[in-house]
Amino acid sequence: MIAAKLYLIQRISALLMAPLVIAHLVGIIMAVQGGLTAEEILGRTQGSLGWLCFYSAFVILVAVHGTIGLRSILIEWTPLANRIVDALAAGWLISALILGLRAVVAVTWS
Amino acid sequence: MKTLDVQVWRGDETGGFEKFEAPAQENQTVLDVVTWIQRNADPSLSYRFACRVGMCGSCAMTVNGRPRWTCRTHVSRVAKDGRLKIEPLLNLPVIKDLASDLKPFFDKWNAARGTFEAAIKREDPLVPISPDQPERAAANAAIECINCAVCYSACDMVGWKPSYLGPAALNRAWAAWNDVRNDNRLDVLKAVSDDAGCHNCHSHQSCSEHCPVGLNPTLSIAGLKRATSKALLKGNLK
Ligand code: SF4
Ligand code: SF4
Ligand code: FES
Repeated sequence: MIAAKLYLIQRISALLMAPLVIAHLVGIIMAVQGGLTAEEILGRTQGSLGWLCFYSAFVILVAVHGTIGLRSILIEWTPLANRIVDALAAGWLISALILGLRAVVAVTWS
Repeated sequence: MKTLDVQVWRGDETGGFEKFEAPAQENQTVLDVVTWIQRNADPSLSYRFACRVGMCGSCAMTVNGRPRWTCRTHVSRVAKDGRLKIEPLLNLPVIKDLASDLKPFFDKWNAARGTFEAAIKREDPLVPISPDQPERAAANAAIECINCAVCYSACDMVGWKPSYLGPAALNRAWAAWNDVRNDNRLDVLKAVSDDAGCHNCHSHQSCSEHCPVGLNPTLSIAGLKRATSKALLKGNLK
């Protein structure tokens, strides 16, 4: 059943990510209007609970969605045994979560 | 006399091509050419066929790189320059020459649980099934498979992940799932939700493109993905 569950989780994460991607892109376009500096970005994000939640959710969804895809690619394109693929995918998931959430904290915590 | 330049696979997986010259006819199928070679050039050539009219599904081979039913593939359609390269089906072990071993293919039919188990006994009154019922229409659209393994041979995913059940077995599972008289419908969903099941399909439609009888296994597999997802969300699949 794991295949069916991973499939469903990947679809649901894609569904949830779609509006976040749009908000992210619109945010970028609006943010660069007045030039792009670190102070300007941090001024907007630091101490903002809204951006903290937004990007934390984004990072978690990306990590989950991407890991499921990566696992499929490894199964299909490498001769690695399933056990090893699962371990690599788990390692990837944890690294993506740590790196991503660390970055979110760095720009939103004041 | 005009001739065809035919390369035929000989031996098992480690074999190679052998060249033959066969007479070119106005009207001839690839199977006619193979039969001509076996009768006139080399009687030891092994291949498989039965009905010769596109019903039994036993004559499939790889012709000029594509899997086809050879009894209904006209040479004029696939070899405009008079050159034919005939190999056994891909993604299956080779027994000898043009005969592939279909055991893995049929084992997967069983693994996908496309069997019918009657929900009623023979003494019970028949349950009327309207042909317009959506489930019946879906089952009808998938049912005319001749088990030729052309789709299985055309599926890259089977090549990449040899345990994958493949388009034909899953297409059959879709028909069995839509048969409301069937007593094992949930077992079908369980069977296709396994690691080797329908969720591996990339929907790239090579199976549907090659199916000689015009079935659409990609659509059937998409249906199975929907059905398994719904069952998971409802808690019917654990
Ligand atoms: S659509 Fe799915 S089953 Fe058909 S050839 Fe592609 S991967 Fe294989
Ligand atoms: S689905 Fe089509 S190609 Fe596949 S085995 Fe059945 S008839 Fe052959
Ligand atoms: S020989 Fe029966 S389908 Fe070709």
